[in-house]
Amino acid sequence: MSYSVTDPSPRQKWTAGTLVVAYALITLLPLLWIIATGFKSPSDAIAYPPKVIFEPTLEGYVNLFTTRTRMSPDALSALGEPATWYDRIVRQYDMVISGPSRYGERFLNSVIIGFGSTFLSVFLGTLAAYAFSRFKVPLKDDLMFFILSTRMMPPIAVAIPIFLMFRQLGLSDTHLGMILLYTGVNLSLSVWLLKGFIDEIPVEYEEAALIDGYTRFQAFTKVVLPQAATGIASTAIFCLIFSWNEYAFAVLLTSGTAQTAPPFIPTIIGVGKDWPAVAAGATLFLVPVMVFTILLRKHLLRGITFGAVRK
Amino acid sequence: MTDETTSRVHTTAPVRLARQIRGLSDRAVAWIFIAPTIFLLLAINIFPLIWTIRLSLTNYRANRTSADLEWVGLRNYQRILNDPDIWNSMQATAHFLLWTLVLQVLIGFTLAYLINKKFRGNDMWTTIIVLPMMLSPAVVGNFWTFLYQPQIGLFNYVVGFLTGADPSSFSMIGDVALAPWSIVIVDTWMWTPFVMLICLAGLRSIPDSIYEAAECDRASKWRQFWTITIPMALPFLMLAVLFRGIENFKMFDLVVQLTGGGPGSITELTSINLKREAFEKWRTGYASAYAVILFVTVFGLASIYVKALNKVKER
Repeated sequence: MSYSVTDPSPRQKWTAGTLVVAYALITLLPLLWIIATGFKSPSDAIAYPPKVIFEPTLEGYVNLFTTRTRMSPDALSALGEPATWYDRIVRQYDMVISGPSRYGERFLNSVIIGFGSTFLSVFLGTLAAYAFSRFKVPLKDDLMFFILSTRMMPPIAVAIPIFLMFRQLGLSDTHLGMILLYTGVNLSLSVWLLKGFIDEIPVEYEEAALIDGYTRFQAFTKVVLPQAATGIASTAIFCLIFSWNEYAFAVLLTSGTAQTAPPFIPTIIGVGKDWPAVAAGATLFLVPVMVFTILLRKHLLRGITFGAVRK
Repeated sequence: MTDETTSRVHTTAPVRLARQIRGLSDRAVAWIFIAPTIFLLLAINIFPLIWTIRLSLTNYRANRTSADLEWVGLRNYQRILNDPDIWNSMQATAHFLLWTLVLQVLIGFTLAYLINKKFRGNDMWTTIIVLPMMLSPAVVGNFWTFLYQPQIGLFNYVVGFLTGADPSSFSMIGDVALAPWSIVIVDTWMWTPFVMLICLAGLRSIPDSIYEAAECDRASKWRQFWTITIPMALPFLMLAVLFRGIENFKMFDLVVQLTGGGPGSITELTSINLKREAFEKWRTGYASAYAVILFVTVFGLASIYVKALNKVKER
């Protein structure tokens, strides 16, 4: 085996590994705590000292998805045996389920707006990125910088005129309005990232296709798009995560029909200090992003720096 | 025209002819591809910006649209620069910005340095460390208020366990002295991985041969660190600071959920302050002027910084 002077010694590796693992475990603790709290009963959740070992229950999840009303013991016994497992959980507290909560709707709004704006921003972004990558566009650098600079504005600063504009156009609190808005915000990311990915595809492939008699458009759809597929997919995930997590615009511009989950989840706590329900709502909302992050790990650096740093 | 638009494609005459017959010219394709993006960005970003500037010269109130619009010139700007509330929130933002950057750079760089020792499983642990920064700041910030609860919160319990203090004796988000630190801690927890990832890319970009040459010259490890590692990783570190600086200057979601700007207005960062003026007090004209000032500040600072960054890169 060859020995290199620059290779860390086994002891150095061991020390470094231990420190990093220790940091990772500490940093993971709040996230594990969210997930664990979702499976606690309300009394276990606020126990002192904090409970690490507890009896798991789905109460938090039942409370998250339902609204409940309290009933007198007489009225309860008149109802007979609870029909389902979730009825049984609610009955322990002398309550019955009176209907679904808003959480399902809000979650669905997040999905619709997230996917809608992701599709639009990746679609438009791919077209623009291709043009910036392959053609001579007048003022190209200025246009690219302009696209990036749209990210420097604080969302609240842009929110004032957008609030007025949406009110005038009837887009306030609509899915379409939010999709357009998030697309506008995401475009800078998608153009910059996709330009980087397309730049890496050799021009020779398209030249060959053009010589074979393809039109420019055919060369784009049949040669470039398949080559850029991984880049497009990871850009899409970044856009999706951004729209999914966005809070400032959502809280200012939506209230009812188009409200997404981030402004809604904190309001769950409003009545009754029900932390397990909040944690359950947060868990369902955060876990998909964690999964996506693990899938994305190879392109993560690129995505968070707008393509400025490529590994 | 054809010369310019086909310059990247080495075409031969028959192909050019064929394309003219069967498809659009490259220039037409380019504009068709770019136009929708530019249009949407103008509509969502530039048009609102111009509108903000216009509103900033008026006394407009968005909740009273029937009132007469009065032009007040630069009076809004003048009042803002003399408003002690706004200077307070600027100070809160500066404190937040300074400490989050210092902590994230120190911890992030150290972690990257350790990960670069290439111990077994370093990829997996890097991915785990990165998780917090991808999550929704509002949702996570909201949950941190639970972790910060005096008696029952996990954070207070752990701190109490380590220092021997009573977990119910201090309240991170209720205490005027501790609240500014509560937001620094959560932001650092969330965003250190960002700095770490960029530093790691920087460290990995340094070729082994430089260290080998230094070993031959018998430079000490300490010396190698300060004369090779730091200077070569510096452009990356500065880039990380740029990104975090802009993001934290705009900070809203995490802090609004965590402390809501309180207690009092001790953690009221500029974005939260602006939101109050615009959407609670409904002083739209005044808030617009405020927004313009913030944008100019961020844009100005970022431009100066980018110039410095480019100088470091050239060196």
